[in-house]
Amino acid sequence: MKPVHQTIHPFWLRLNHWVNLIALIIMVLSGWRIYNASPIFAFSFPKQITLGGWLGGALLWHFAAMWLLFCNGLMYLFLNIVSGRFKARFFPIRPRDLINDFLSALKGKLTHDTLTEYNAVQKLAYLFVITDVILLVLSGLVVWKPVQFPLLRELMGDYDNARIVHFFAMVALLAFTSIHLTMVALVPKTLIMMIRGR
Amino acid sequence: MKNKLDRSIIIQEALKELPSSSRRLFLKRTLTLGGLSLLSGCTVTDEESAERMLMKISRFNDDVQAWLFDPNKLAPTYPESMITKPFPFNAYYGRDKIPEVDGDEYLLEISGLVADKHSWSLAELYQLPQTDQVTRHICVEGWSAIGKWGGVTFSTFLKHIGADLSAKYVGFKCADYYYTSIDMPTALHAQTLLTFTYDGKTLPPEYGYPMKLRMPTKLGFKNPKHIVAIFVTNTYPGGYWEDKGYNWFSGS
Repeated sequence: MKPVHQTIHPFWLRLNHWVNLIALIIMVLSGWRIYNASPIFAFSFPKQITLGGWLGGALLWHFAAMWLLFCNGLMYLFLNIVSGRFKARFFPIRPRDLINDFLSALKGKLTHDTLTEYNAVQKLAYLFVITDVILLVLSGLVVWKPVQFPLLRELMGDYDNARIVHFFAMVALLAFTSIHLTMVALVPKTLIMMIRGR
Repeated sequence: MKNKLDRSIIIQEALKELPSSSRRLFLKRTLTLGGLSLLSGCTVTDEESAERMLMKISRFNDDVQAWLFDPNKLAPTYPESMITKPFPFNAYYGRDKIPEVDGDEYLLEISGLVADKHSWSLAELYQLPQTDQVTRHICVEGWSAIGKWGGVTFSTFLKHIGADLSAKYVGFKCADYYYTSIDMPTALHAQTLLTFTYDGKTLPPEYGYPMKLRMPTKLGFKNPKHIVAIFVTNTYPGGYWEDKGYNWFSGS
């Protein structure tokens, strides 16, 4: 048994986590206001829960917070990879563990005793959201600069399609967040850990 | 879209009614419930400084975009079969306010850092070598539409009038009191055209008769219609929407 006072989340990681939260809240709320200016689907987001007041204001917020998201994200990936934490925490993911952990999670039997180690479902969920934020940034780059990033533009299937990819990557982020928050509510000590580090 | 347009006209009208000092505070509205709660606890403690911070970042983003802009990178072109029909009408006013320009009387005014400041009649402009292209128009609102514009390559025109090509900005004034400005590298981009036709026909009033500057490397609102004056300058000229808070460079 490891000593209780051992730091599980290093300071830089906790900082990354909370800065990321602020950046994403600004990005999503201003993004909704930008979406409303020309909705892709037959609905708009309620104006009261969007950020920016009008399209111009929302764009200012969106293109300011993107730097926060981008720089913070790069820092996270860099420190995570060079510290070896990325490999140690997320790999390997074994398909059998994934199935077992998923089934026990559904039965409500997934134990969360070893907070130092992620179970297979957690590993997959975190890798998923990392990938999703990268997809948000890349599709956002195409929406912002379709001419300057021709390769990305073709990958996304031209401008209009990049908007749709950007939208659904946001939906996926919200889906992750709702599960993430549910899990935190079920195991509140994980929240303390993301604040105090242990 | 009509509805949306009406709403923006109402806002524009209302803004005109305000004294300029309160108009400066346009961004007050950018701070809603969410904005305020986010800012509490940060160094940004009031709306005015939040506005200043956002505008500062927007100016920084102008510089980043100028740096990202590759003068040799071309916007994609499309087959004529992909042209959006009908191509949407879009302006800060409704169809009933489209300016009527008399082509016979029309003269394009040239001023600023140029050698030849004579005004151009349409007949003279039509004499310049003409070309056309089918490109995607992307609106700041998010929608896009493909259209075909024809006219003279703007760099050809700028060289023709002896413009100082090392100047920072090219500014435009329009018959509908719209105004905007662009950076010189974009003005000299191979796909930046001073256009007189849409889909092979004389540019109709709703698309900007007698001329529209068409840049597939910039958002729609940067493409001025009904141009009546062009000037070259080193003093930042701003723009109709830019002065209200839209990002100035707004490059694609």
